[in-house]
Amino acid sequence: MNVIVCVKQIPDPAMPGELDPSTKTLKRSGKLILDESDGYGVEMALQLVDAAGGGEVGLVSMAPNGEVSGLRTALAMGASKGVLVSDPELQGTDALTTAKVLAAATKRLGDADLIIAATESSDGYTGTVPEQMAEVLGLPSVTFAKSVTIEDGVLKVNRQTEAGYDEVTCTLPAVVSVTAGVVEPRYPSFKGIMAAKSKPVEEVTVSDLGVSPVGWAGANQEIVEVSDAPERQAGEIVTDEGESHLKIVAFLENLKVL
Amino acid sequence: MSITDEHEQFRTMVRSYVETKLNPRIPKWEADEAMPLHDVFAEMAELGLLGLSYDPEFGGQGADTTFTLILAEEMGRCDHGALPMALGVQVDMATPSLHRFGTPEQKQRWLRPALEGRHVTSIAVSEPDAGSDVAAIRTRAVRDGDEWVINGSKTWITNSLQADWLCLLARTSDEGGYSGMSQILFPTDTDGFSARKIPDKLGMRASDTGTLTFDDCRVPVANTIGEIGRGFQQQMAQFVVERMWSSYTTVGACDRALARTRDYCAERQVFGQPLLANQYLSFKLAELAAGVDMLRVYNESLAESADRGEDVTRRATIAKLTAGRLVRRVADTCQQFHGGMGYVEENWPARFARDNRLTSIGAGADEVMLQVLARLDGYSA
Repeated sequence: MNVIVCVKQIPDPAMPGELDPSTKTLKRSGKLILDESDGYGVEMALQLVDAAGGGEVGLVSMAPNGEVSGLRTALAMGASKGVLVSDPELQGTDALTTAKVLAAATKRLGDADLIIAATESSDGYTGTVPEQMAEVLGLPSVTFAKSVTIEDGVLKVNRQTEAGYDEVTCTLPAVVSVTAGVVEPRYPSFKGIMAAKSKPVEEVTVSDLGVSPVGWAGANQEIVEVSDAPERQAGEIVTDEGESHLKIVAFLENLKVL
Repeated sequence: MSITDEHEQFRTMVRSYVETKLNPRIPKWEADEAMPLHDVFAEMAELGLLGLSYDPEFGGQGADTTFTLILAEEMGRCDHGALPMALGVQVDMATPSLHRFGTPEQKQRWLRPALEGRHVTSIAVSEPDAGSDVAAIRTRAVRDGDEWVINGSKTWITNSLQADWLCLLARTSDEGGYSGMSQILFPTDTDGFSARKIPDKLGMRASDTGTLTFDDCRVPVANTIGEIGRGFQQQMAQFVVERMWSSYTTVGACDRALARTRDYCAERQVFGQPLLANQYLSFKLAELAAGVDMLRVYNESLAESADRGEDVTRRATIAKLTAGRLVRRVADTCQQFHGGMGYVEENWPARFARDNRLTSIGAGADEVMLQVLARLDGYSA
C-alpha cells in the first residue's frame, strides 16, 4: 500500500512571524519546520502501511528556497521519499493553485492508494487544499477524519462533525484530511534522523510539473488589507451570591451552546 | 563546533520529548520519590538515546560526541535533576569502562542490554569513609578459584535500588593507595547483596540513591573489566566522562532557568512596572546568561577534543568545577528574583536549587576538582 502525505513546511511558530509589507504575506525566507498538524498525517500513513504489511509513504511539499528541513523530519519519522516543489514563481500562490501544484507533484511519486493531508495548515488556515486536490485529481474526498482504517481495500473513516462523528466508507484511491489527534505522532529516532539524510527528495519547478499560471499571476484572490486582530475584551466577573450557576447557564444559553 | 542539520533535528526531537513526555510525569515521580527507570530507559532506547557514542555492534549508535552533548543539554531542561542524573549514570558513568576495556563477550552480555534499555546500571565507588577520596575505598574482593568473594559497603549509589548490575570498584590486592583495585561487573541478584534507600535527601528526591552491602558475595573473576589491579586508573578515566555529562546538563538547566526567570520578571509588576525594568535584575540575569554561554562554548570545545581522542582530564575538570559554581549562582538568583514564589515547593525554583546543589558535591566535589587541577597545573607542593 502506497500513501502520499502532503506536508507543509512553515516558519517556526515559536518565533514571532513577520509579514512582508509589500505582498502582505508571511515571510518564509528563513528556516522552516514541519507543520505540527502534518505530523498526524505522516503518522497515520506510516501506521496504515504497517497494517497493510508493505508499501511506502511518500511526501509532497511546496516551499521556497529549496527548503527541506520539515521534509527531513517527516522522512526521519519513517517516510521513504519526497518531492519538493520550489520555485520563485510560486510567490503569491493561492490555495487552488497550491492544490494543482501538489496534485501534479503526487504523480511524480507514482500511483498512490491514499493521499493524506491535514485539515488545515497552522500558518495559512484556508482549510481547502485537500478538497481542491481531490477535485483536481478526480478522486473522492473525505474530510475531518478522526480515525482512518482500510478494510478489504475500502477506506473507513470516522468523520468529525459538530454533533459527533459520521461513519464514512469510500473506495480507494481517495484524498482524506485528518484532524489533529487522529493518532499520536512518533518521535523521529536517532537512527531515523541519520537515515533521513540519504532518503531521496526530488526538487522540481512548476515548469517540470506543467502547472501554469502560478503565483500572483494564477491567484484568484488578492490580499487587500492586513489589520491587527482585535484585542480580547475583558471577561465578565460573576460574583457568587448563591445564584451564580443561573447566571452561568444564562451565559451559555446566550452562546447557544446549551 | 560543526553543527549539522541532523544535530539540530536531534535537539528538536529530544527537547520535544522532554517537554511532552518526561516533564508531565515528573511531579508524580517527585511525590513518589522514585522513577520507573526500566520503563523510561526502554522508551529512551527506542529513540536511540542510550549509548549514542558507543559501538553499534553492542547496541550503541556510533554517533559523534556532539550528539551526547546535545542530549545532555536537553536533558538538563527536565523539571528535575534526578532523571538527567540517572541517565548520565547509565550512559556516561557505569558503562564507559565496560565499553573501553571490556571483552566482546562482556559487552554482549552486559553492555548491550544496558544500551537497549533492558538493564538499569549503576556505578558503585563511594563508601561511607571514601567519597571523593577514591583511593580510600575498603570494599574488598578476595579471589577464591574462579570467583571473587566480595565484602564491604558502598553509599550514595545512584540507580542502585533498580540496578540490574553495578560497575563495582573493589580492592583486589593489599597494595593500598591507587594500586590493587579492580572494576567488577556485579549482578544485583547475587546472594549476599542488599540495597537500601537513603531517605530525606535535600534534592534529587526521585533518584533511588542507595547504600549497598556486600556480604560474602561471589561473582566470577571473568566479570572483571579490563586488567585486574588497574581499576582505579580505569575508574579515573570513567570519572572524566562523568564530569563532562555534568557540565553539559548544567548548560541546559541554567539556560532554561534564566529564561523562565526573565519571563517571570517581565510579567511580575512591582511599583507599577515589571520587575525586569529594574536594571539590577536585568544586568544580573544578563551576566549569568553570559556565563552560561561561556560554559556552553567551553563544553563544545571539550566535546570536540574528546572526539579527537585527546586527553580531556584537565578540561573536563575545569568544566565540572565551573558548572557546579555557575548553577549555584543561577539557582540562588532565580530563587531570589521569584521572591516568596521561589520559596514554595509548588514553584520550580525551590526544586531547581535543591537538585542542582549536588553538582558541586557529587561526581567529585569542587574541592576535589581543584585538587586535580592544582596537581595537573603544578600549583601543589
